[in-house]
Amino acid sequence: MADRIPLVDYLILEDPPHLVANECTACGARYFDRRNACAACFGTEFVKVPVDPEGEVRAFTIVSLAAPGIPVPYVAALIDCGGTSVRANVINVAADPDHVRLGMKVKLATYSLGTDEAGTEAVGFGFEPLA
Amino acid sequence: MASDDIWILGIHMTKFGKHTDRDTVDLAAEAAMGALVDAGVTMRDVGVLAAGNLMGAAGGIGQQLQKQIGQTGIPVYNVANACATGATALRVACMAVKSGEVDVGMAVGVEKLAGAGLLAGGSRKEDHKTWTPSGRYGAVAPVDGRIGTETMPGVFAQIGMEYGHRYGGTSFELFARISEKNHAHSTLNPLAAYQKRFTLEQIMGDVMISYPNTRPMCSANCDGAAAAVVVSGSKLRTMSLEQQRRAVKVAASVLTSDPWEEACQILPNVNTLTRNAAKQAYESAGVGPEDLDLVELHDCFATAELVHYDNLMLCPEGGAVDFFQSGATWRDGSTPVNVSGGLESKGHPIAATGIANVWEVATHLRGEAGDRQIPGAKVGLAHVIGLGSACGVHILEKAAV
Repeated sequence: MADRIPLVDYLILEDPPHLVANECTACGARYFDRRNACAACFGTEFVKVPVDPEGEVRAFTIVSLAAPGIPVPYVAALIDCGGTSVRANVINVAADPDHVRLGMKVKLATYSLGTDEAGTEAVGFGFEPLA
Repeated sequence: MASDDIWILGIHMTKFGKHTDRDTVDLAAEAAMGALVDAGVTMRDVGVLAAGNLMGAAGGIGQQLQKQIGQTGIPVYNVANACATGATALRVACMAVKSGEVDVGMAVGVEKLAGAGLLAGGSRKEDHKTWTPSGRYGAVAPVDGRIGTETMPGVFAQIGMEYGHRYGGTSFELFARISEKNHAHSTLNPLAAYQKRFTLEQIMGDVMISYPNTRPMCSANCDGAAAAVVVSGSKLRTMSLEQQRRAVKVAASVLTSDPWEEACQILPNVNTLTRNAAKQAYESAGVGPEDLDLVELHDCFATAELVHYDNLMLCPEGGAVDFFQSGATWRDGSTPVNVSGGLESKGHPIAATGIANVWEVATHLRGEAGDRQIPGAKVGLAHVIGLGSACGVHILEKAAV
């Protein structure tokens, strides 16, 4: 049993950590979920491609009201990683509009979600401001 | 009137708000019976019923309603299409009449939401005892709050912010000013859930839900229903002059879904499908945005209203901020938007919304809107977005009789 597991299967933990997309071999459309076919061209062949770990905040919100158990406030965002859009939180930043800006340059970062009963640590990801 | 035109013969909406002692069937019945009386017909005349109640989508609201107001054996289509459910029901009734299968159809939408909190992202499952991948992303734990947000105020906040990133000019204050307009409009609408004017400072200083949307910038969860009776042009010609005079022409009835684009499965794209629906509707009706005397659009959040000025082509592409700041969308402006108070103050009982906005426009076209009447209104547009996504656009025209 691995002692570390990613929060989602499109997060690759090997150094350096990065995201992978399912890219349609016919039209190049990219997806992060398990695919039945391509929504753009209906093709059925995909290859795994790495996603640029650096990007730019194209949209964000600061969530103050969320389900019980979710720590607020936090920054939810749409990150443009070299033409591939990624949904993620912006982390390692103060969650207020003075510290998060549209167009801000960010890079992928990982963090621990904790260790389960079997001793496995889950690892999540977000994007942090590029120093 | 051409034989194959579609007309709204009767339409009704209930007071939106908190109806503690009435269930969904009571509210649907009030709307449906009100629309029938307004139309001057009975359930015996209705050939098809399309009905929606999103939160009870498996319950068959259409047949439940029939059992209270008239079981005549006609086909019932129970529809569910997120916040576009009401518009979808109306479109189903219009299509049935357009096809020639029936002369008269009815659409009903009803919801009970008073006191509901977050409708998506309102609860999150507990983490498992062991991290085990499941689902389409192989997630080992719930992702809401860990990988972005599933809440509607948060999703639509990003949609408004993305517009700001693309074109510039947006700010917390700008979005709050849109909300200020709609709350001001609502003071003239006795059927609105809230009829309270807020100052800009009150709106910006209220509880933050998801920046930049504060509480009054979010649609109001409430109870309500709306219903419409539609009829063919050939049938309308056989009816009384009074019925013909008050009938409102459905110049366009359009429903679209979101076509694939980069990012559309990351952050829902509510823009392209609205623009596509608007283009089809203007072409079908033979009118342009400049011809619209009023617009009811889907301001589920203040951040959403801004992008739809652009999507409905009420302004030049990229020009929504300037358009709003010109005062165009206030009730005395060149293109009044959401004179009902919109979803932020009139309220948003989901499945009722896509018929209630048609009721608002139709009531102005009939010259029956009382204190909030837009003088001389002849053409109007009603728009809804259901996330996922579905977009309904109806263009309505005053009768020439």
